[in-house]
Amino acid sequence: MPRLRTRYSALQLVRRGVSGTGWPRAWRSHELTPTADVVIIGAGVHGLATAYYLAANHGITDVVVLDKGYMGGGGSGRNTAIIRSNYLTPEGVAFYDRSVKLYEGLAAELNFNVMFSQRGHMTLAHSDSSLRTMRWRAEVNKLQGVDSEVLDPAEVKRIAPPLDVSGDRRYPIVGALYHPPGGIIRHDAVVWGYARAADALGVRIHQQTEVTGIDVANGRVTGVTTTRGAISAPIVVNCTAGWSTLVSDMAGVRLPVSTYPLQAAVTEPVKPFLPTVIVSGTLHVYVSQTDRGELVFGASVDPFTSYSTRGSLDFVEGLAGHVLQLMPQLSQLRVLRQWAGLCDMTPDFSPIMGVTPVEGFLVDVGWGTYGFKAGPVAGETMAQLIATGKTPELIAGFDLARFADGRLVGEKGAAAVGH
Amino acid sequence: MIELHCPHCGPRNVSEFRHVGERHFRPDPGTTDPDEWRAYLYLRDNPAGWTDETWLHRAGCRRYLVVERHTVTNAVRAVRDAGDASSADVTHARAGDVQPGTTDSSA
Repeated sequence: MPRLRTRYSALQLVRRGVSGTGWPRAWRSHELTPTADVVIIGAGVHGLATAYYLAANHGITDVVVLDKGYMGGGGSGRNTAIIRSNYLTPEGVAFYDRSVKLYEGLAAELNFNVMFSQRGHMTLAHSDSSLRTMRWRAEVNKLQGVDSEVLDPAEVKRIAPPLDVSGDRRYPIVGALYHPPGGIIRHDAVVWGYARAADALGVRIHQQTEVTGIDVANGRVTGVTTTRGAISAPIVVNCTAGWSTLVSDMAGVRLPVSTYPLQAAVTEPVKPFLPTVIVSGTLHVYVSQTDRGELVFGASVDPFTSYSTRGSLDFVEGLAGHVLQLMPQLSQLRVLRQWAGLCDMTPDFSPIMGVTPVEGFLVDVGWGTYGFKAGPVAGETMAQLIATGKTPELIAGFDLARFADGRLVGEKGAAAVGH
Repeated sequence: MIELHCPHCGPRNVSEFRHVGERHFRPDPGTTDPDEWRAYLYLRDNPAGWTDETWLHRAGCRRYLVVERHTVTNAVRAVRDAGDASSADVTHARAGDVQPGTTDSSA
């Protein structure tokens, strides 16, 4: 538990409400220092979690986190905030299960309400073949101790009454994979909670500080150059998701990553009616209702690579059609806004974590469409790798060398929406 | 991006096309080594800027096209038929090679 300058509590809320005292800043600004033990590029959930666990678990506090924009302004603030661990490969299930466990304790650990609501996660099957994959996933999950079960249409209706399971629709609901520990979270709160706790432990966070070069000498990383000056450091970690190839290129490391935008949209708020997260792979859509009552819609990545985060009419039209297939009663609901985030897609839908051919230059990238749910465990394992110099068992399968060695970890069946 | 200007069909909605991916060429299987082959399979430049890529006009002339596109603004400055380029381009187009790592969300 970090020593926070002000603990958030009901007592504090009352005391400050009555006395009219303001709250102190949750994290500080700093001058850039010329050296650091570890430089982390990217102040999203992955970068900040890595910094936090370095300080909290390993006592490494001379850590700098750099971001060219603002904290949590990339994928961490643009995802649809779904947390789950019902993956397909044993590597994937073990890894994301650890992440769910960390998320469960996160609000208490960081003294920050991250609003994790484990309301259940339901993936619909519209055909026998998808039901077969779900049975497979459920069995892999259960072997690893993850709560995951295949439901018949009657059970689907009992848990999620707004769905039409009559079977006379274009895409009938023939069953579902149900994952009770899954749910949604307030993604900004996770980012802010990690930042505040890391700051309290001595980590220096620099926003609006873009890395313009990575210095490498004799096959070793020696530091970074930024728009505010240079920092020399023996360890540099790339946590920049959609921009990860641009950053790795600076160190001369090529990554099997392509950047695709992924769009999402949110509707006006309505009374609570949708108790779980609903996903349909066939219809390329996932829907959840926030605590405020808005419906959050997400889809699969755009059909072509891009670094643009503009929304498209094509997307919102297609999305609306797919949502109405599932729940025609939403036809009068208005979309309030749509946005896009950048996804660093890998050939096997698994991340790339760990060492690279440049000594001291580490990557935590390839997070595609599943990065936010892995934030805590990615931070914990990357911190362990940095502190001990040994790759933790949990991420050994996600190394960069797997592409050269032909050891791909195929997660497309469970990580991609459009499979 | 809303429109692509097909050299055969004129300006058409981008949803008629399929993005095949960054242009890259298959090394000769007879002389290649594993590193080069795996780089061909998995590695892309993924630039933030101008790039040459292959598109298929699947709901139009069904020709493979070479498109010069800016990946940040999505501006397009040139489109030509893949068959008008070098013979290597034609081989590439016939191979119909698909970029790994893309979801088949256009299907």
